[in-house]
Amino acid sequence: MKKTLKLSTAIALGSMVVAGAAQAAESITVVSWGGAYTASQRGAYSDPYTAKTGIEVLDEDKSGNGLAGMRAQAEAGNGTWDVVDILEGNALTACDEGLVEEIDYNEDLDKGADGSFPLDDFVDGSLSGCFVPTIVYATLFAYNNNAFSGDAPKTIADVFDLKKFPGKRALEKIPGANLEWALAADGVPYDEIYDVLDTPEGVDRAFAKLDTIKDSVVWWDAGAQPPQLLADGEVTIASAYNGRIFNAQVVENQPFTIIWDGQMFELDGWVIPKNAPNKKAAMDYLRFSTTTQALADQAKYISYGPARKSSAPLITTHIDTGVDMNPHMPTNPANFKTPIKKDAGFWADNGDDLSERFNAWLAQ
Amino acid sequence: MSISVEASGDLAPEEQKRLKADLSRSLRRNKIRASLLVAPLVIFIIVTFVAPIGNMLWRSVDNPLVRDFMPQTTLALESWDEQELPDEAIYAALAQDIIEGRKAKTIGKAAKRLNYEKGGMRSLVMGTARKHKKIEAPYKESLIKIKKGWGDIENWRVIKRLGSSFTASYYIAAFDMETSPEGDVSFVDEKEQIYLKLFWRTVWMSLLITAMTVLLGYPVSYLLASMPLKTANVLMILVLLPFWTSLLVRTSSWIAMLQAQGILNDLLVWLGIIADEARVQMIYNAIGTVVAMTHILLPFMILPLYSVMKTVPPSYLRAARSLGATPWTAFWQVYLPQTVPGISAGAILVFILSIGYYITPALVGGQSGQFIGNLIAYHMQGSLNWGLAAALGVMLLVLVLGIYGVYNRIVGVNNVKLG
Amino acid sequence: MAIPTYAGPLERAWYYIFRIFCVAVFIFLIAPILVIVPLSFNAEPYFSFTQGMLTLDPGAYSLRWYEEFLTSDRWLDSIKNSVIIAFFSTILSAALGTLAALGLSRSELPFKGVIMGLLISPMIVPLIIAAAGMFFFYSSLGISQSYVGLILAHTALGTPFVVITVTATLSNFDHTLIKAGASLGATPTYTFFKVTMPLIMTGVISGALFAMMTSFDEVIVAIFIAGVEQRTIPLQMWSGIREQISPTILAVATILITFSVIMLTTVEILRRRSDRIRGIS
Repeated sequence: MKKTLKLSTAIALGSMVVAGAAQAAESITVVSWGGAYTASQRGAYSDPYTAKTGIEVLDEDKSGNGLAGMRAQAEAGNGTWDVVDILEGNALTACDEGLVEEIDYNEDLDKGADGSFPLDDFVDGSLSGCFVPTIVYATLFAYNNNAFSGDAPKTIADVFDLKKFPGKRALEKIPGANLEWALAADGVPYDEIYDVLDTPEGVDRAFAKLDTIKDSVVWWDAGAQPPQLLADGEVTIASAYNGRIFNAQVVENQPFTIIWDGQMFELDGWVIPKNAPNKKAAMDYLRFSTTTQALADQAKYISYGPARKSSAPLITTHIDTGVDMNPHMPTNPANFKTPIKKDAGFWADNGDDLSERFNAWLAQ
Repeated sequence: MSISVEASGDLAPEEQKRLKADLSRSLRRNKIRASLLVAPLVIFIIVTFVAPIGNMLWRSVDNPLVRDFMPQTTLALESWDEQELPDEAIYAALAQDIIEGRKAKTIGKAAKRLNYEKGGMRSLVMGTARKHKKIEAPYKESLIKIKKGWGDIENWRVIKRLGSSFTASYYIAAFDMETSPEGDVSFVDEKEQIYLKLFWRTVWMSLLITAMTVLLGYPVSYLLASMPLKTANVLMILVLLPFWTSLLVRTSSWIAMLQAQGILNDLLVWLGIIADEARVQMIYNAIGTVVAMTHILLPFMILPLYSVMKTVPPSYLRAARSLGATPWTAFWQVYLPQTVPGISAGAILVFILSIGYYITPALVGGQSGQFIGNLIAYHMQGSLNWGLAAALGVMLLVLVLGIYGVYNRIVGVNNVKLG
Repeated sequence: MAIPTYAGPLERAWYYIFRIFCVAVFIFLIAPILVIVPLSFNAEPYFSFTQGMLTLDPGAYSLRWYEEFLTSDRWLDSIKNSVIIAFFSTILSAALGTLAALGLSRSELPFKGVIMGLLISPMIVPLIIAAAGMFFFYSSLGISQSYVGLILAHTALGTPFVVITVTATLSNFDHTLIKAGASLGATPTYTFFKVTMPLIMTGVISGALFAMMTSFDEVIVAIFIAGVEQRTIPLQMWSGIREQISPTILAVATILITFSVIMLTTVEILRRRSDRIRGIS
């Protein structure tokens, strides 16, 4: 009796393994950022897609290491990812290295709801060969209302002013955005930041400005951390992805306020790896998830702006709370007065050097 | 074990020979039997564990990208003397490589590799590739017109240097050094040095953590060892429970305990020891790493110490006291020396485990509590400079094996016990 | 430990300081575990005690995170995966490790030191290095992002524990027992199962438990080589801490701690049983 029990357990477990493997044929693996962001894609794209086609969508939260994963899979000649959500800069690199499929935009994507061709409908210049943007998102500063009783910080310069606005700051543990903001706080006009940063003196200047707040910085490296740090009172001002702050403000009722000045906006979207195991379904998913309506639907879940112009008029209210989404969009004209566009090309060229310097600076 | 056969006068020479042969045959058979028992695991470990590490060793010197994806340029540069700009033939080879590489979408890989060595190389190569339609003979003139960088002899030297199949460049970078355009190797600017600093920090913080575990673990082990077995076993659960609780859970609970608005600070404020505005920063820095890792590794010290202390007869201490030794002398001269094997076994275990830590420093270490493991992970997944990650990994491995070797020579591995 | 009758006042003071110090260390060891349990009933999605929790307001507590755990496919899948992977890797490490320990305990084995060093190397080599190497090597074999890859990796990490515990048991083992068995006409196999096995069983089981916990708690290798379908509990926790901070992981932790307590009790009972067999107590 005991023996048969053991045996049947082993068989049951064994068949679970086999079942897991067999399942793959009717499903696609979509790699994204996890958390509220993956949830928004699930609501707007994946669940409707499964309902329509019967193909299951498996979520993998590895976009943070998306490029590394695609390289490893290409090197091994053994792909397991079908669709990958990735930043524009990484998508450019992946495309240059031949890791991802080229997209024939007007063929592979649907026309806009207003009949416009994809090449005219998406954000200008974003359809660069392999990349299909879905959202415009911003990295920006937010503060906890409880931290400041009098004046509240309004500009990037205020964020770097520890005397006027005491307390710790949370910054992302990468050079990107921080160096730009340091120069902005040091008085460089927003449209000249990359010209200054392209010189050795400019880099020194940025690090010198960061030095002034270094001792008061808590460094984060996952998008979920800054709202947590703000809520716990660990820091008074944090840089964060605007969607995460929105989620904390509206869904969790946290007393946070966004500083829209100097928001660093960039694009994020899909690529299809060269060795995706279910390429046909992946292309199908790509088409399905980038229609005017699908992109507008995603904005019901999270406050990222749709990358298609034709989606903008269709933005409505938040699905759980009924809040109007428009005032929360980084692309809303009221919020878009003094943004900084992240220069993906600059970072592709100088990212290695600046990261080395940044890591060394951190370790000092 | 050596076996010797003593010849006895009673046996005939052929008898002796037969007996000897029998013995050695049986010895050989036993040897083979023992080897066969060990063989499956040895093979298994070699395939699943040693081979991957060997593969990494290989990666730290392997340098295929420029050679494979800019083959004609690499070949043409072999005869270049590096004194002045290359001639037209070499520019033509480069033009071919860029045009073909763009079509095959492989030139980006070579460009990325070049960029590790010198910032800006990527945009030089990729920018040229994007304007491939403008490339025409004479190539030298045309390429320099497209991108000024092709007129800079330093860029050519970098390409030539990275065209060889093997490279020491990852190790050079891992030692905080760089190769100058003239080919000399020297330390990088003080403010850009990082890896040696982090190695050093990893070592001394691991030593600190090891010392902390000895300090906290020794009295507790002594208490446990001197208690009746049944009581000791119950108290042992307090040691084993954290040991068997997920590392991630313990680390996140330290976040809840140590943060500025966390339990410990709340307690200190409530007790009036510190003011509400002057909460102590105990996490996201070196303190957080040391506290959390001491907690996580403490059982690894207590368990071997306890098992050694159990074997020290308490009568020795009593004998020392009855002979007139002070308690301190009795402890220092009699008890402590007998527990040294336990201390050293625990210390080596804790030290080696902590030196390779990655998860805990990543979660609670902030900037001053990072270990070298964090940078290895960063180069694996963030910067994607796998060669550098491999070189750092090999250096860490050599360090650990060196420490282990010294330990093994002095103490011997077989003294490591797990409760 | 009782205080000796001949102790002077200074020694008495030392004795109490020592006791207090030990109690403090025990609190240090156990406090983080105890903190987890109430926090897992937090009604807010953060890792800190709210004002309501401190004033014992029932509204500040909820079973929200337990519910989320039990209704989440990801968490349930991760448990299934962890069980499958731990099950197979434990069996493999126990079998391979026990065989090797039997070989290592024989005095005839050549190159013993080298072999021992090789076999316990997975315990010595920093995990980040092993994980990086496996990521490259298993990818090139096409077994990264598969159950097979993760099971093999966890088996390699678990075997040193089995080798060490079984070798330790065998070092106390009276080899004349085997000779006695043989002289009484038993076959080697029969002797192994009837004499050797019962005596080393404690070592095998405790080694296997260590191997199982290693696999159950391992996150670094899993981060590098597990695919979406092999997501284990620690991996799900890792993403729970970083990508979507949610006290669900505290609820899971509380459940796992309960599980650990049960396991520990099992080990304690086993130890008492084996001591009885060996006639120690």
